[in-house]
Amino acid sequence: MQTSGLNTTPNYNDDVVKLFTLATIFWGVVGFAAGVFIALQMAFPDLNIEPYLNFGRLRPVHTSAVIFAFGGNALFATSYYIVQRTCRVRLWNDALAMFTFWGYNFFIVIAALGYVLGVTQGKEYAEPEWYADLWLTIVWVVYLLVFLMTLINRREPHLYVANWFFLSFIITVAVLHLGNNLHIPLEFMNAKSYPVFGGVQSAMIQWWYGHNAVGFFLTAGFLGMMYYFVPKRAERPVYSYRLSILHFWSLIFIYIWAGPHHLHYTSLPDWAQTLGMTFSVMLWMPSWGGMINGVMTLSGAWHKLREDPVLRFMIIALAFYGMSTFEGPLMSIRAVNTLSHYTDWTIGHVHSGALGWVGFITFGCLYHMVPRLWGRKELYSLKLVNAHLWIATVGIVVYIAAMWVSGIMQGLMWRTYDDMGFLQYSFVESVVAMHPFYLLRVLGGLLYLIGALIMVYNFYRTIRGDVNYKEFKADGVPREDLYLKGAAA
Amino acid sequence: MSFLKNHEKLERNSLLLLGFIIVTVLIGGIIEIIPLFRMETVIEPVQGVRPYTPLELVGYNVYIREGCYNCHSQQVRPLRDEVARYGHYSLAAESMYDHPFQWGSKRTGPDLARIGGKYSDEWHTAHMKEPRDVVPESIMPSYEFLLHQAADLHALDKHLKALTLAGVPYTQEMIDNAESDAMAQAMPERMDASGLQERYGEKVNVRDFDSQPAVISEMDALIAYLQVLGSMVDFESAKNVEDAGP
Repeated sequence: MQTSGLNTTPNYNDDVVKLFTLATIFWGVVGFAAGVFIALQMAFPDLNIEPYLNFGRLRPVHTSAVIFAFGGNALFATSYYIVQRTCRVRLWNDALAMFTFWGYNFFIVIAALGYVLGVTQGKEYAEPEWYADLWLTIVWVVYLLVFLMTLINRREPHLYVANWFFLSFIITVAVLHLGNNLHIPLEFMNAKSYPVFGGVQSAMIQWWYGHNAVGFFLTAGFLGMMYYFVPKRAERPVYSYRLSILHFWSLIFIYIWAGPHHLHYTSLPDWAQTLGMTFSVMLWMPSWGGMINGVMTLSGAWHKLREDPVLRFMIIALAFYGMSTFEGPLMSIRAVNTLSHYTDWTIGHVHSGALGWVGFITFGCLYHMVPRLWGRKELYSLKLVNAHLWIATVGIVVYIAAMWVSGIMQGLMWRTYDDMGFLQYSFVESVVAMHPFYLLRVLGGLLYLIGALIMVYNFYRTIRGDVNYKEFKADGVPREDLYLKGAAA
Repeated sequence: MSFLKNHEKLERNSLLLLGFIIVTVLIGGIIEIIPLFRMETVIEPVQGVRPYTPLELVGYNVYIREGCYNCHSQQVRPLRDEVARYGHYSLAAESMYDHPFQWGSKRTGPDLARIGGKYSDEWHTAHMKEPRDVVPESIMPSYEFLLHQAADLHALDKHLKALTLAGVPYTQEMIDNAESDAMAQAMPERMDASGLQERYGEKVNVRDFDSQPAVISEMDALIAYLQVLGSMVDFESAKNVEDAGP
C-alpha cells in the first residue's frame, strides 16, 4: 500500500496513522468551536443553557477537546508516523496499535460526556473520573508498549532525537496521570470518587501534574514532532546534535519542578513556591535552546520559508514557542505573579502557547503528512495553506493582545486605591471593563476556527485526489509563475 | 567528547534511555512533594476548622459538579488589596478537608474563600436563580435548576466513609447519622438538629436555606456550603493572640 516502491521501504503501518490524523482534524474543529462558544458565553451570559451547557461544564469540554483530543490524537499520529520512519521498521503489533486508536478516542468521548452530565473530579485538566482514568491507564500502557517495542525492533543503530522526546512524553504522562488520580471511588457502580490527598497536598500534586501536562504533553511530545518534521521539510539536518542532547535532558529535568508557580502567595509553603519560581526562570534556557535548534535548522535554506507555507507554519510555531516560553518564566516571578495570577493574562499566555505553538506545529505536520499518507503528490492547494496561516496568525494576535490588555487591566483595577486609601473599584466594575476584550477574543478565536475549516476543505480535496490546476501543472509540479514554486519538492 | 560518547550508549539502548528518563523526571517531584507530608510543618493547627457537615458536603459536590472553580478562586493571598477586598488571607488549615482543594486559578468572578456570612440566604437564592436580577452586570450563568433538584442524600454515609479513608476525621457516629444530619440541617422545624450540633458544633448554620421549607434542594446544600466558607475560624478572637505576638 506504500506509494514509494523505489527502495526497500518497510511496509509501514499507516492505516492507524491515517485514523489518528483524521481524528486530530475532527477534534481540532470541535475543540476550537467549543472555545469560540464558551468565549461567547463570557460576552453574552444568556448563551448559558442550564444545566448541561453552562460555562462551568463546557470549559472542561473545550480544554479536554483541544489538549487531549486534538493534541493527543496529533501526538499518536505523528509519533507512530515518525517512529516507523526513523527506525525503518513497521509499527509493532497492528492489533494493539489499532486498540490505542479506538481506546483513546473512547476515553475522550466518555470523559466529555461526563463533564456535560456533571461527572468530574474537579481538578483542572484532570477532570475525568476514576473509571475513565483507569481506562486511559490501560490505553496508555499499550501505547508505551507499542512505541517501545517498535524502538526495540528498529533497523537503525541510533534512536533519533524525536523519539527521545516521545518516549519521555509517554512515560512522564503515565507517571503524572497515576500520581494525580489516586482517588477513592465511593463504590463500584458509582462515578463519584474522592482524591486521597486534600488541601495543600492536593494543590501541589495537581499543579505538579497540571504544569507538566503542559511540559510533557504539550511541549516534549510536540518538540518530538518539531525535531522530525522541521528538518524533513527544510531538507537540512538538525542544526546542532549537541544542543539537542543538552536541550532534551535539561528540559525534562527542569520542567518537573515548575508546578508551584501556579500557587504563589497561597497556603503552599514558601520554600516550595521559591523552588517553583527558580526552576521556572531556569526553564527559559532549555526552551530557547530547543527553539534555536529548530529555527537554525533552516540555515542555508531560508529561501524555503518564502516558498513553502507548510514550513512557514512550523517556523511561526517555533516563534510562538519562543515567545510563550519567555512569557512563562516572567509570569512565574512572584512579583509579576501578584498582578497576573487569576487574570486573563494567564489565559492569553496559555493560548499563545496552545494556538501558536501546539496548533501551528500540528498544522504544519498535518500538511506534510496528509498527502504522503494518502499517496498524493502534494496538497490540493498551497494557496489555501497560506490563507489558513495568515488568518490563524491574525486570530492568535488578536486573541492574545486582547487578553494581555484585559488581564493587566483587571489586575491593576483590583489593586487600585482611591485618595482615601480605599479600593477604587468593585469587583463587578472589573467584569464590565472586560466586555470589549471578551468580544475581541471571540473574533480572534473565530478567525482561528475559520483557518482550521479551510484546512479541512483542503484535506478533503487532497484526500479525494484533486489537484488545483491554477497552482499545479498536470504532472503535479507547481507552476513556476507562482511564488509557491519549489514547495512540492 | 566523552560526553557524546557516553550519550551514545543511551541512544543505542531504548530501555536504558527509558530508565534515565524516569529517574530524571522523578527528582523534582519527589523533592517538592514528599516534604509536604510532614503535616506539622505545612499546616498550622487552627481552632474551629472542622470537616463539612453532610449537607455542606453535598453542596461542596454541587460546587465541583458545576465547575464553579473554573471562575471562582478560594484563596485570599496575603496582599494588601486582597485582604481589603475579601478579608483575612487564607490559611492552610482552612482547606485541609477539601478533597480536592478548590483554590482555583482564575477570577472571572470574585474569590469565594470568605463568602460565608457575607450575604443572606435570600440573596444567594435570588442570585443563583438569575444572577442579573441581583447584579445587573454579572456574566455568571443561572442555576435555577438547583431549586428544583432534590439533594441526593441517600448514600451520604458512603461519602463520609470514603473521606475517612482519605484522612478526614469523621467519626463512626457522624457516618451513621449522615443522612439524618443532612435533613436536620435544612429542616430544623421537622427534625431535631441537636445531634447535628453535638457532632459538628454549635456554630453550624441550621435553617432552611432556599425558602422552600418542604424540600431539601441542591440549592439548600450549595448555600449551606457557601455560608460556611471562610467562617470556621474566628479571626476576631484570634486577633488578640496575633497582636500579642508569639
